[in-house]
Amino acid sequence: MNYKNILIILIFFIFPNKSFGLIEVDITRGNLNPLPIAISSLSSDISTKNELLKLLKVQDVGLEISKVIENNFRQSGLFNPLNKDSFLQKPDIAHLKPRFEDWSLIKAQALITGKVTYSEDKLRVEFRLWDVLAAKEMMALAFTTVPKNWRRVGHIISDKVYERLTGEKGYFDTRIIFVSEKGPKTQRIKKLAIMDQDGFNTKYLTLGNELVLTPRFNPTNQMVTYLSYFRNLPRVYLLDIETGIQEVVGDFPGMTFAPRFSPNGKKIIMSFAMDGNSDIYTMDLENRIVERITNHPSIDTSPSYSPDGKFITFNSDRSGYQQIYIMKSDGSDVKRISFGKGLYGTPVWSPRGDLIAFTKLHKGKFYIGVMRTDGKGERLLTENYYQEAPSWSPNGRVLIFYRETKTDSKGEGFSAKLWSIDLTGYNERLVETETDASDPSWSSLLSN
Amino acid sequence: MIISSGFHFLLIMIATLSLPFLAKKPIDLPPLVSVELIQITDKTNIPFAPKANKIIEKVKKEEEKLVSEQAPPKKVKKEKPEAIPLPNENNEKVKKLEEKKQNPEKIDDEVKQVSEFEKKEIFDPNNIAALIDKSKEQLAETNVQTDKITQSQDQNMDISGLTLSEEDALKAQIFGCWSIPLGLPYNENLLVRIKLKLKPDGSVVKTEILDHARMNKPGQGFYKVLAESALRAIQLCQPLRVPTTGYERWKDLQLNFDAREMLEG
Repeated sequence: MNYKNILIILIFFIFPNKSFGLIEVDITRGNLNPLPIAISSLSSDISTKNELLKLLKVQDVGLEISKVIENNFRQSGLFNPLNKDSFLQKPDIAHLKPRFEDWSLIKAQALITGKVTYSEDKLRVEFRLWDVLAAKEMMALAFTTVPKNWRRVGHIISDKVYERLTGEKGYFDTRIIFVSEKGPKTQRIKKLAIMDQDGFNTKYLTLGNELVLTPRFNPTNQMVTYLSYFRNLPRVYLLDIETGIQEVVGDFPGMTFAPRFSPNGKKIIMSFAMDGNSDIYTMDLENRIVERITNHPSIDTSPSYSPDGKFITFNSDRSGYQQIYIMKSDGSDVKRISFGKGLYGTPVWSPRGDLIAFTKLHKGKFYIGVMRTDGKGERLLTENYYQEAPSWSPNGRVLIFYRETKTDSKGEGFSAKLWSIDLTGYNERLVETETDASDPSWSSLLSN
Repeated sequence: MIISSGFHFLLIMIATLSLPFLAKKPIDLPPLVSVELIQITDKTNIPFAPKANKIIEKVKKEEEKLVSEQAPPKKVKKEKPEAIPLPNENNEKVKKLEEKKQNPEKIDDEVKQVSEFEKKEIFDPNNIAALIDKSKEQLAETNVQTDKITQSQDQNMDISGLTLSEEDALKAQIFGCWSIPLGLPYNENLLVRIKLKLKPDGSVVKTEILDHARMNKPGQGFYKVLAESALRAIQLCQPLRVPTTGYERWKDLQLNFDAREMLEG
């Protein structure tokens, strides 16, 4: 026995069993390239196709829904939707069980498949999100709605997939309210208009008899506040989009302007100007009580609440030049936060709460930028001849604003268009509208 | 006769001397453009350009420095026979090389027998593509670097893990594969630790998320998105660029994906 033990010990020493500590490698960088995603056409049987063609005058609703998703993702700048011509697998088979090798062959990292059915006057749309590299299903959902809502279904699917792959809520099932403009610069007809965020389904809310400006969405419902003229005085209005009922907000002796809702939608904050002085006021929409927030001989305007409702940002010329300030929601503790060169205006608090977007005028150029709520980390995202009025997407990633072009010597060439830009500053895109457009405001997500 | 021969001689002389001169006149010579081809090699003599000579010497020195910083692959070949004293194998290699020249069809069979990384040494289509496409040059360089690891380096790694160049090559590969989800909250802990089990060729046998329990915690939904993106990066990148030797050492590997730096910046 002893010999055996000694032998074992000897073997142990002669042939040592090498053991290594686990090697760790830190990966602290990645790429920010758009994620390649394959969006297969949503399959449907012939009877569904025929019935929906009769009803909606759309040849293939499944294909059109996939195009809505594709367009949303391309506009976001975070995804690279792959060309459908390169797809090797048929939509209906892919929806049952994708052949992942075929999809990874075309470099897809994610895949969306789906199916559209029509029965009992209802449109049923189901979709699946697949992780191509891991060869597994990531998500599967179905929606039932009236057939005419098919575009919205595309937006909702986009939001669900966006959230699953990026970790933040989407912004596709949203609408934008803006001022539609027509005619020469000196005689513009301005109407209040609303459309889906991708530029479809435009509807006009006013006739264009009165000048309308600065429409803003209520973050909690389908109410809108805007500026229009009442007895030749600019006044703040409230409009219920669903009922079409509108009313003047408050009975102020002077002019009211730059309205915006509080985050809970129960108050309106706005500027009230009288005798050359402009201060910030709020009005409770339930009991109509008006409260004065600032009291300063300078011009205080463009107020915007923080998402928690505890703070307000606004611009004021109390320092001699127009700059951005923040204060508590009761008007106390006013602090100036912008100290850069130039003039700062139209501050808007991000729905995330971390940034404030603004318009900056410096050396004859207009900039749209963002800064942290303490004024640090100023980043100018875009520069142009004239642009202003940024409005945040509900997830705080994208800003929409409007840009005007220069009029030539003949007084022609003027145009006003909506543009969007994301926080990286690289993904700047024209938002298509039927007419010229200005003063956009982004709604909250219509479905949560 | 003497006079006529004298005249003939004179005529011939005039013709030989003056005619080329006359013929040259109408030719419009283009202005001289001096084209001096300077080859930057050891054999080049540039006696009239001492400054250029100095510059070339400087460039050479810098090139030498760069090469030495990048762990020259040439040294590897020299060290191999010293570290692995198997004269028979060396002889075989020489024979194989000779065969390649004579009968290229045989190469394919041989390539199949060696490991993935040795394949690249002999014939790597990616490297050829990289030569054409400048954007791939850096990748190609890292390929070569990782492929040729000296035995002496390997011995060091037994103690200290991967060498810097090996780690850099692996990192560079994964950086290219990892699409960071941009919506992650950058003020949260964005570290995902993934343990890998690897094959000798760098392909992944098994992945394990070390903080798996965090995935199902309330308010940590973003962690799932982050972890999945890291797993996709590993899948996309495999086979991973691992050293050709010392498999026992790196067959289990832990990758710590941290998105915070990228999202904050």
